[in-house]
Amino acid sequence: MARTRLIDPKGWIFLAALAAICVIVPLLNLGFPPGSALHLPTYLVSLFGKYLAFALLALALDLVWGFCGILSLGHGAFFALGGYAMGMYLMRQIGSRGVYGNPILPDFMVFLNYKDLPWYWLGFDHFAFAALMVLAVPGLLGFVFGWLAFRSRVTGVYLSIITQALTYALMLAFFRNDMGLGGNNGLTDFKDLLGFNVQAQGFRVSIFVATGVALAIGYLIARFMTVSAYGKILIAVRDAESRTRFLGYRPEHFKTLAFTISAMMAGVAGALYVPQVGIINPGEFAPTNSIEAVIWVAVGGRGTLVGAALGAVVVNYAKTVLTGVMPDAWLFALGALFVVVTLFLPRGIVGTAMEKFGGRRAAATLPPEPEIPPQLAEEGQGS
Amino acid sequence: MSMAETLPPVTQQGLELGPANRKKTTGALLYLDDLKVTFDGYRALRGLSLSLDRNEMRAIIGPNGAGKTTMMDCVTGKTRPDTGTALFDGTHDLLKLDEPAIADLGIGRKFQKPTVFESHTVADNILLALKGPRAGVASLFGWRNRVEAESIDEILTVVGLLPHRMRPAADLSHGQKQWLEIGMLLAQDPKLLLVDEPVAGMTDAETEATAILLRTIAKDHAVVVVEHDMAFVRALGCRVTCLHEGAVLAEGSIDSVSADPRVVEVYLGR
Repeated sequence: MARTRLIDPKGWIFLAALAAICVIVPLLNLGFPPGSALHLPTYLVSLFGKYLAFALLALALDLVWGFCGILSLGHGAFFALGGYAMGMYLMRQIGSRGVYGNPILPDFMVFLNYKDLPWYWLGFDHFAFAALMVLAVPGLLGFVFGWLAFRSRVTGVYLSIITQALTYALMLAFFRNDMGLGGNNGLTDFKDLLGFNVQAQGFRVSIFVATGVALAIGYLIARFMTVSAYGKILIAVRDAESRTRFLGYRPEHFKTLAFTISAMMAGVAGALYVPQVGIINPGEFAPTNSIEAVIWVAVGGRGTLVGAALGAVVVNYAKTVLTGVMPDAWLFALGALFVVVTLFLPRGIVGTAMEKFGGRRAAATLPPEPEIPPQLAEEGQGS
Repeated sequence: MSMAETLPPVTQQGLELGPANRKKTTGALLYLDDLKVTFDGYRALRGLSLSLDRNEMRAIIGPNGAGKTTMMDCVTGKTRPDTGTALFDGTHDLLKLDEPAIADLGIGRKFQKPTVFESHTVADNILLALKGPRAGVASLFGWRNRVEAESIDEILTVVGLLPHRMRPAADLSHGQKQWLEIGMLLAQDPKLLLVDEPVAGMTDAETEATAILLRTIAKDHAVVVVEHDMAFVRALGCRVTCLHEGAVLAEGSIDSVSADPRVVEVYLGR
């Protein structure tokens, strides 16, 4: 059976580009003294690292949206949960260096008159435990949520709405002070990770490279899943779910597996994001964050993996530039971008390139171009 | 029904069936009794009973709304009847199982509108249908990743799509999609194939080829064909059941059924 290669040409380009970035960025930062024309300031290293973390989130989203048709508008929740797991570890590392100098309780708990550390903080002083939770918490939520939703055959818009509700509910919960996770201030003032000062230049460069490696591994995992028979069934479920059932497959199993893996990837992305930005707060659960992630994937080209990562970087770079120049214009620009891409580039940057240069066959497994649901089209005409 | 005398395994399973029913189920591969389905007050099936032997081919005819597709929906688990009995192989109560479980028992279905996986190549469509483990994890690492091209090509040869094996299924003509779906049924290797309007939209030559194909398949599979094209039904050369208003109106050879005045009245005549 002619099988799709694990790494196709665009995969090689992607991995090579990623490897190059992971060499060049540290080189420009560490190899040239500040003041040199070639020096890359450390804050930019962290900014690029943030883009790479977003790229991993986009990749996770593309795995479920592009290949399985699950339009999750709540992937930011898994990202934030991974971020919180990492944040809890970083909080415990502060020890008695906090403002209140309490060796056990983080500052916000002292401030809120906590007597003891809540039970769910236990274990987070160990990095290995925290790392496990980065995978386990989003993974478990993804599994339970996915299993319940897919078993009840909730699909399409309804599924999107409940994913949105999920992240919104979590946001409200995390905003509460008695949740024991820092309320609306979230977790911040981190000192060190595995003994390394999180503010140090060397650490910033290391975590940047770690994020690049995680993105490469995430890509390879997603790619392995999607080129296997499993991935073919996933695409079959996306295109004709009931047909797979009459062939004897249980679509809910396939979807739940993809959703769980995707949630774990998003969690890892969040965990890598937090040390680079220095804070995690309930704002990360905001529905708009999840919707932005959907736009990254749409811009890059859903169902292409590489495109999702590219879209995340391109859109976030544009965001950095635009919010610097005209802070108020960004949301309008984002909305306009989404409209333009949907109308003129329905397969996104990479999808369109595949169609153009790879021919019909290369683009065959891409998701069908989005169709405007009849009821929406009618509304559009009426207004 | 020569096998009607042997006691069915049904009794061992403890299924509660009347003595009369017990007799009927014995040899039948598919046994439907008194199926009733109501959609929003509309009675789609009003006590449909049907029995199909192993390796038997059966054509189902009848006017629109006679309940042909609803019957297939009941057999494949898509629709739950309000009352009635549906047994497969004498032992399996189809009304307690869902679609994948029923497919797993060995019932394959071709839809009225050809439903193939359009993004996949013709060969991959067959690959996904091939009999074998259906579990998620198995598909990540397992057997289906190592299927040899020969076993797929064998099926594609039967349905005449070998030259198209690497084309996306979306590019096939309507008739070719119908054949691909029949090929997928073959790959599933079910004991019973339910084929809904296989020649709709086909040319005469394609229709003829399809009749030959189905007759070949029927040599070692039970096949139920729903079709309106009477010439095609005649070419199948099998028993015919005429449905009308959700129940069986007439059953027998094509000649006796098409001569039945009630069939002429509701379906053929006018």
